[in-house]
Amino acid sequence: MTPDFEPVIGLEIHVQLKTRTKMFCGCELSFGAPPNTLTCPVCLGLPGALPVANARAIHFALMIGLALGCELADHSVFHRKNYFYPDLPKGYQISQYDEPLCRGGELAGVRLHRVHLEEDAAKLIHLGASGRIHGSEQSIVDFNRGGTPLVEIVTEPELRSGEHAREWLSLLRATLRSLGVSDVNMEEGSLRADANVSLRPAGSTPLGTKTELKNMNSFRFLERGVTAEIERQRAIIEGGGEVAQETLHFDPASGALTTLRSKEEAHDYRYFPEPDLVPIATTAEMLEQARAAIGELPAARAVRFERDFGLSAEMAHLLAFRSDLGDYFEAANAASAADSGHAQQLANWVSGQLVARIGEQDPATSNVTPAALATLVELVSARELTNGTAREVLDVLLQSGGDPRAIVAERGLASLSDDSELAAIVAAAIAADPDAAAKVRAGNAKAIAALIGPVMRETRGRADGSEVTKLIREQLGV
Amino acid sequence: MIDRDTVLHVARLARLELTDGEVERMVGELGGVLEHIETIAQLDLDGVPPTTHVVEVANALREDEPRASLSRQQALAGAPAVADEGFAVPSPQA
Repeated sequence: MTPDFEPVIGLEIHVQLKTRTKMFCGCELSFGAPPNTLTCPVCLGLPGALPVANARAIHFALMIGLALGCELADHSVFHRKNYFYPDLPKGYQISQYDEPLCRGGELAGVRLHRVHLEEDAAKLIHLGASGRIHGSEQSIVDFNRGGTPLVEIVTEPELRSGEHAREWLSLLRATLRSLGVSDVNMEEGSLRADANVSLRPAGSTPLGTKTELKNMNSFRFLERGVTAEIERQRAIIEGGGEVAQETLHFDPASGALTTLRSKEEAHDYRYFPEPDLVPIATTAEMLEQARAAIGELPAARAVRFERDFGLSAEMAHLLAFRSDLGDYFEAANAASAADSGHAQQLANWVSGQLVARIGEQDPATSNVTPAALATLVELVSARELTNGTAREVLDVLLQSGGDPRAIVAERGLASLSDDSELAAIVAAAIAADPDAAAKVRAGNAKAIAALIGPVMRETRGRADGSEVTKLIREQLGV
Repeated sequence: MIDRDTVLHVARLARLELTDGEVERMVGELGGVLEHIETIAQLDLDGVPPTTHVVEVANALREDEPRASLSRQQALAGAPAVADEGFAVPSPQA
């Protein structure tokens, strides 16, 4: 990467709201319902049907605006965005234009341009009789999704890399999830991100020609797509060429970026105010209700974890922005003896060993209860278990649940508390390998590993490694 | 004023196929409408908010309560073409 150009990235995020019904009609929202069973004259765009805005969708959008520190408009209107596409039955999408519900705002150092409400398009299934996806001659439209409330969040172009874009989007997802306004699931499409990417000479202000990347339906694809596009543009510019303004489709399988056919020439959407909907006048009461519905946001939770539990900023952040981990951590803490001072260790076990074993799964749905993890940490802390055997106990807990103390007793995993027993095992190991013992005596520190190994095997991990090392040194007089 | 190219552009956006005669007529008719707007634009309207609705009403909202949807059969009844439980359309990607 030459230092001469800096990437400038802006994100446009669409969030499906978790209301019961659609944005402008009473059809229910249901992911995975049989095709075309959740429609009505309004969301099918039949002549004469009139839209009426969903109060809860506006409530959710106000919550999002407040949580992101936006300026909330006291007067906001819907516009028609006109274009033809088979997923849009009316020939226009009801959206917002120059009077959006929210402007400005900020999350994790990235400023927001605006947040507005609109309706989702229907779902197009590109499956012809031949079963081919590309080049199929016929598509099927399922209008169940058409009219789902969407909040569009547009950032300022302040992200600097694919990795930065991915990290920031995951913070946004955590924030939206904690608000309870959306499922925010990228695979199911309730959270969607498009990225605008351009390069400019480092330190200059004007933006270069941008391209728009679509179809990045996972955090990993977003990072890879943006990174690939930055490299593509860099190669063009360094080769003396010019970047063309276009919309690109990222194919995660091949990593290729291909030009998408434009939905409308030159984005000429001919916006005009939607005559069928009256303006939204945000009242003090609506604001108060939105404010009252917002619980603790991840950013505030991270600050509390740092302050109250003495966690590092990084650890506090990790637990607070994955709310299931944060909840589990807090439950385990509550199950610990008061003033046990185990918060740090619990955080390490939750974010380390537990996550290493269950990945993205919510630990609350695993077989390990928060109380069991708290007990496990207490046993380690009291040196009744070594870290190694504690990990074994954790494996058993994940398999079949239960109480750590019972598992330890049943399997004979308790640490060797009798020093003379351990000393005898150490003496035997030294006697069994006089070669290694002589090397250690002669000052070869590395040779000690040959003696530690047999001791750990003999004790099946129940001995503390540093204790064993200490005993070997003592017995060898070094 | 409006020219021939603008009429053709707008017609393309609206998916309208106009004969040469119709294009000429639209140049005249749309031009007349725009001239009228230009007359209005001569008024000093600084500080006057645009009228998007003739009645001053705001917040005509509905509660988030489900209402019965159409059956699939009803929904598809007016479709020009039907396939696989949906509205069949020419593929926009073809």
